[in-house]
Amino acid sequence: MDLGYLSVQLFNGLVNGAFYALLSLGLAIIFGVLGVVNFAHGAVYMLGAFAAYLLLQQVGIGFWPALLLAPLGVALLGVIVERLLLRRVYGLDPLYGFLLTYGLTLFIQDAMRLRFGIQGQPYPTPTELSASVSLGVVGYPVYRLFVIAFSIAMCAAVWFLIERTRLGMVVRAATERGELTRALGIDVDRWVTAVFAFGIALAALAGVLAAPMRNVAPLMGSELIILTFAVVVIGGMGSIVGAVAAGFLIGALASLGAVWSPALENVIVFALMAVVLLVRPAGLFGAREAT
Amino acid sequence: MSFYGTSVSEAFDEKGRFDMKRVIALAMVAAVMAAACGAAAPSGGGAPATAVKLTSGKLVMGVINDQSGVYADLSGKNAVEAVKMAVEDFKAKYGDNALGGPIEVITADHQNKPDVASSKAQEFYERNNASVIFDVPTSSAALAIAKVAGDQKRLYINITAATTDLTGASCNKYTFHYAYDTYMLAAGTGKWVTENLGKQWYIIYPNYAFGQDMEKSFRSAVTKFGGNVIQSDGSPFPNQTGDFSQLLLKAGQLKPQVLGAMQAGGDLVNVVKQYNEFKLKDQGIKLAIGLLFDTDITAIGQDNMAGVVYTTPWVWSMDDQAKSFADKFLKRTGIRPTFAHAANYSAAWQYMEAIRRAGTDDADAVVKQLEGYKFNDFFIRNGQIRAEDHWVMHDALLAQVKPSSEAKEKFDYSKVLGTIPAETASRPLADANCKK
Repeated sequence: MDLGYLSVQLFNGLVNGAFYALLSLGLAIIFGVLGVVNFAHGAVYMLGAFAAYLLLQQVGIGFWPALLLAPLGVALLGVIVERLLLRRVYGLDPLYGFLLTYGLTLFIQDAMRLRFGIQGQPYPTPTELSASVSLGVVGYPVYRLFVIAFSIAMCAAVWFLIERTRLGMVVRAATERGELTRALGIDVDRWVTAVFAFGIALAALAGVLAAPMRNVAPLMGSELIILTFAVVVIGGMGSIVGAVAAGFLIGALASLGAVWSPALENVIVFALMAVVLLVRPAGLFGAREAT
Repeated sequence: MSFYGTSVSEAFDEKGRFDMKRVIALAMVAAVMAAACGAAAPSGGGAPATAVKLTSGKLVMGVINDQSGVYADLSGKNAVEAVKMAVEDFKAKYGDNALGGPIEVITADHQNKPDVASSKAQEFYERNNASVIFDVPTSSAALAIAKVAGDQKRLYINITAATTDLTGASCNKYTFHYAYDTYMLAAGTGKWVTENLGKQWYIIYPNYAFGQDMEKSFRSAVTKFGGNVIQSDGSPFPNQTGDFSQLLLKAGQLKPQVLGAMQAGGDLVNVVKQYNEFKLKDQGIKLAIGLLFDTDITAIGQDNMAGVVYTTPWVWSMDDQAKSFADKFLKRTGIRPTFAHAANYSAAWQYMEAIRRAGTDDADAVVKQLEGYKFNDFFIRNGQIRAEDHWVMHDALLAQVKPSSEAKEKFDYSKVLGTIPAETASRPLADANCKK
C-alpha cells in the first residue's frame, strides 16, 4: 500500500471528519448551555439537506445561497421548537430532554417520509466545484476539498466567536461551569434560544454540504447521529475544541482503517469510544475530572 | 320437476298428448333464461369443475415487507395495495364468491429484521390463519420466513428478496420464488457488460446475504462470459456514514474496466452519486449495476443514470398490457409501479387462480396446481413454475436508462433493449441443489 494512496484516503477521512466536526460542535454547544442532549441533531442535518433540495427545486436557488439560507430557515424552526417545547424540560432529568428530542426526530423523519418517500432526492454538485484535481495517484473531486476547507473555516469562525466575543464568553462559562456562571449573576437564559438555534444551524449547514454527495433521504441523519454521539463522547461531553478535534481525528482514523478492511470503518469509532471511556472517562479534551 | 317456473308436464296438452310446438317453445324459454342467469352470475372462461371450498370459510393472504425503512418505496405499502387490487379485479372477473368466501389481505412491517419477519409470519399462519404470505424484501428476512412456511406447511411466495438460496439450499415444498433472483440479474447484466463494456471487473457488494449472493452470481457470470473479477470488497451493511469513497478510490487505483456495484436502495444511490463525483467514468471505469429499481433512478436523477444498462423482470412501459396495469396503479397510488409492485399483483392473482383450479386453499393441493404450471400475464411472460425447486421461470428484460429528453412523461425512465429468454434467465436446475 503506497503512501500517496494512503494520503488520498486521508482526505476522505477528513471529509467525513468535517461532518462529524460540524455536527458534534453543535451538539456540544447545545449540551453545554441547555443541558439537553439533542437527539434530533441527525434529523436537523437531514432537514438542512432537504432545505437545499427544496430551494433548488421549488425556487431555483442554487447551492451557494442555500449555504446561508437553509441553516437560517432551520434556525428559525429551532427558535420555535425551543420556545414551545424544549424550554419545558430544562432542569428536569436529562432523560426528559432526550425523550423529547427523540420524539421530535421520529416526528420529523416520518413527516418527511410521508411527503418525499424513503428513497431520496437528487441534488447536483455546484458546477464551479464539479471538476476533479489530480492528487498524484488519483483524481480527487474539488468539491470534497471545498468541504474540508469550508468546515475548517467554519469551525475556526465558531472558535473565534466563542473565544473572542461576549456571547462566546457566556457560552464558554455556561458550558464549563453552568451553576457558577448563573451564581455570578450572568443571565444565561437570555442566550439559550440563540445558542440552540445556532447549534442546529450548524447541523443544517452540514446537511447542505452533504446534499451533493450523499443520498438526500429522510433517514440520512438517523445513522450518522449515532456515530456523532460517539465522537462527542470521545472528544469530551461539552468540550468545544474536543468536539472539533475528535471529529476530524475519528474521520481520518476510520477511513484509514477502512483501507485495511472496509468493515473496520464503523468498528474503529466504537472501539475508540470504549477505550476512551475506560482510560479517560471525561473524553480526550474533557474537563480534568469526570463530570 | 320445475324449471324456471315451467315444468315438463306443460309440454303435454290438456288431453295428455305430447305437443311438439310447445316443447320447442318451452326449450327456447328455458335456454334464454339460462343464458340470462349465466350472464348475471359470471363464471369466466374456465369455470372450476367443482365449487371452491375454503378450509376455514375465508381466504386470508398476508403481505410482509418493509414499510418504514430503505425498501419501503420499492415495495412497501404500495405492494399491499397491489395485492388488494388483484383481489378486487379477481372478484370483478369471477364474482364476489369466486373462492367460496371472503378474501382478506393482512399486512405487517418486518423492518428488514429476520427475527421480526419470522415471528410475524408465525403469527400470520397460526393466529390469523393466513394461507399464503407474499413479498418480503431483504434476503435474510425472506430466508427466515421460508423456514416458517416449511415448518407450518403453508405457502410463501417470495417476490422482492433476490437470494437464490430460496430455491437452492434453503428451498422447501411450500416456498416459491417469483419475479427475479441474483442469477437472473447476473445472467443479463453480467453477460452484456462483459461482452460490451469490459472484461476486468472490480465488484463491491453490501456485506449480507443479498450482497454475498449477488457477488457469487456475478462472479460466475462474468467468468463464464470471458471476463475476470480482479477483486471484490464487501461494504458494511447498514453503511452508517453513507460514504463509499474508500472503495471508489480503490477502484481508481485498481483501474478495472468495470465497477460492479451490487448495493441496493439508498446504498446504491450513494455509490452512484459518489462514482459520478470521483469521475471514475472519465478514467475509463464503467459502472455496472446489479439491481436497479425505478425509485433508485428518481433519487439519483434520470440524467445522471442515462445510458446505464441493467436487467429487470419488467418495465411498466414495455407494452400495452403492462401499461394498462401501470395506469390503474398510478390512479390508485399516485406513482408508477416498480416491478416489485407489479409482481405482487401478479403473484396474488396466480395464487387465487390456483385455488380455483384446486377447489381448495389447502396448501398441498395448491402446490400441486402451481407446480409445472405454464402461464402468461401482464407481468410474467413465458412463465413456468419449475416443479423441482419452485423457481418461477420467465423472460427477463435487458433495459437501458434513457435521458430525460427522451422521456414521454414522469417516471418514463427506461427503454427495453432486448429479452433474455426464460431458459437463459433461470439458474440451471443442476446448480440449484434443492432437496425439498
